[in-house]
Amino acid sequence: MTAAPDHAPTITGLSTWQRMQRHLPLLLVPLLVVVGYLAIPATSSWLTLTVSGLAMGMMIFIMASGLTLVFGLMDVINFGHGAFISVGAFVGVSILLALGSLTGAPSLALNIAAVLVAVAGAMAATAVMGWIFERVIVKPVYGAHLKQILVTMGGLIIVEQLILIVWGPDEIFFSRPEMLKGAITFAGAAIEKYRLLAVGFGLVLFLAMIWVLRSTKIGLIVRAGVQNGEMVEALGYRLRIVFVAVFIAGSALAGLGGVMWALYQEVITAHMGQEMMVLVFIVVIIGGLGSVEGCFIGALLVGLLQNYVGFIEPKVALISNIGLLVLILMWRPQGMLPVVKAK
Amino acid sequence: MLTRLISGDRPRSIVLTIILLAILIGLALAPFLFPGIRSLETAARICIFIVLVASYDLMLGYGGIVSFAHTMFFGMGAYGVALASVHMGRGFDALIVGTLAGAVAAAVLALLIGLFSLRVRAIFFAMITLAVASAVAVLVSQLSSLTGGEDGLNYQIPRALTPAFKFADGRLFDVSLNGKLLNYYLVFFSALILFLLLLRIVNSPFGRVLQAIRENDFRAEAIGYRVVYYRTAATCISAAVAAIAGSLFAIWLRYVGPDTTLSFEIMIDILLMVVIGGMGTMYGAVIGAAVFIIAQNYLQELMAVAASATAKVPVLPLFFDPDRWLLWLGVLFVLSVYFFPTGIVGRLRQGR
Repeated sequence: MTAAPDHAPTITGLSTWQRMQRHLPLLLVPLLVVVGYLAIPATSSWLTLTVSGLAMGMMIFIMASGLTLVFGLMDVINFGHGAFISVGAFVGVSILLALGSLTGAPSLALNIAAVLVAVAGAMAATAVMGWIFERVIVKPVYGAHLKQILVTMGGLIIVEQLILIVWGPDEIFFSRPEMLKGAITFAGAAIEKYRLLAVGFGLVLFLAMIWVLRSTKIGLIVRAGVQNGEMVEALGYRLRIVFVAVFIAGSALAGLGGVMWALYQEVITAHMGQEMMVLVFIVVIIGGLGSVEGCFIGALLVGLLQNYVGFIEPKVALISNIGLLVLILMWRPQGMLPVVKAK
Repeated sequence: MLTRLISGDRPRSIVLTIILLAILIGLALAPFLFPGIRSLETAARICIFIVLVASYDLMLGYGGIVSFAHTMFFGMGAYGVALASVHMGRGFDALIVGTLAGAVAAAVLALLIGLFSLRVRAIFFAMITLAVASAVAVLVSQLSSLTGGEDGLNYQIPRALTPAFKFADGRLFDVSLNGKLLNYYLVFFSALILFLLLLRIVNSPFGRVLQAIRENDFRAEAIGYRVVYYRTAATCISAAVAAIAGSLFAIWLRYVGPDTTLSFEIMIDILLMVVIGGMGTMYGAVIGAAVFIIAQNYLQELMAVAASATAKVPVLPLFFDPDRWLLWLGVLFVLSVYFFPTGIVGRLRQGR
């Protein structure tokens, strides 16, 4: 009988580099900003573009965050998410137009109040719509990706057509509230006030979302549900209810993003949601399906890249996002910060 | 012989057989049975869309992959013919070069998209194709120096395919024997061959593996089939056939533009035809395309009638406005995915 082979296990922790590697994508945003600085000759235009890129990124993030969570939690891919963006924009703008006396007044407080009312209205409308959408369209097709994609796409078409019926076929032009118009000059760069507001607002919202996900009980359940739903249910939580709540919240966020995007563009069409969905999908994929942080980084990358490239070579801007998608997927096929799924 | 021609894939339902035969005969003799420009246009459109929808069904119904870029591939074929005809002058060589170039380009692009998305998750494919297709559509309308932008391209096809060319004197059953007739039969026989080819593909061992992957990709992988390889191959074949359908469309119309070849509405039409006809069977594409295109021609008229009939009721006419036909198609689409996932063909086969 031979002796057992020597067995000398060594326990080594991950090296610092290996631990850092996972968070490497965090560096991409500053990196892109620096590259933009080097590529764009004038500092003032670089500053303007950076702010508008960040503003755009924040808005895309707000629209995309709900989608990525819904996917992570229940494996439901909602191609109809764009419908909430459009509806949010139309409801919000209708409220703003109705509150003409508030938006026209040269007072920041009144203007903000009008915007807040519009946002609240839009979010309420899209939340209710999200609930109905979940009940009617999504619920019967759980677990079947193919049908989900087809049915939610059908839902998007129906909602778009309903918008055309309610608000008429023409695009609606409007102007921002009085005090949000115009730009401030900083270091020789003209920066639109609204973009600054959007950046600030988006940042606050992102931090709030992170706080909810990291530090509250409901956030814990959601994160755990994303990683291993069965286990969470086995522990006695009714994930279905959590999921419906997340779906509604995600729809409301899409509505909010829609209002913000409408105020950014100052024109709304029924197809705007569908057009935004292209960017939203790119963001969700490069971020890693189910990951809110990845979605945030992805959104900022897309927003900045779109603005930088649009400035340097407008025609390339259209495919720059596809290029970004390709590069990121070559680097990390599952997206930048993929959610670790328990098998 | 006949069974061999349809690759042993019989319709398996008497009613279905009769409908298919009716469609085949109707299309084969369309210029003689239904004289008139409009009905010939409809017949050619049906032929082309049968191929387009059948190629989409290879992906969706057999491979279980959802793509939103099928119109992009369709458009690549169409623009291939258009660009070749513009730059090489009128002639059959331009048509052949354009068709081949379009098909190869579509297959290569499909390969790239497939490799990028399918190796991770099949669901990525749907999203990435949506993104790529919309980028290409915008690009085509922007690069107006090359593609004619929103206006599209007009070009000349060989004289032998135009109404001005008469290949025989006199008329046959009151139909003048001109190039338009030749053009129609070019479209018809190309469509027929392509359809039989697709039927051959889905009934080959390759097609069986695709079906296995659709039913359970994990298990197919475990048995030893490389799922990514099969899915990507299906995507490429499908894209190439769609591009050839696009080329036929370009030859038939003598015009390409973003609206007629690349628009998202066509993508929705294709989805509807596949679902209505029946996913996962090539015959579904035939029935879906024929029913849908005929219905589409008359749905808007029907809606106009409904709108005027309900004119006195408030709100309701808005829903029946002919511009809102997409609403009803959307409702129809969702309902058919829920309640008739096997489509018309599935129903007919059940009722056997």
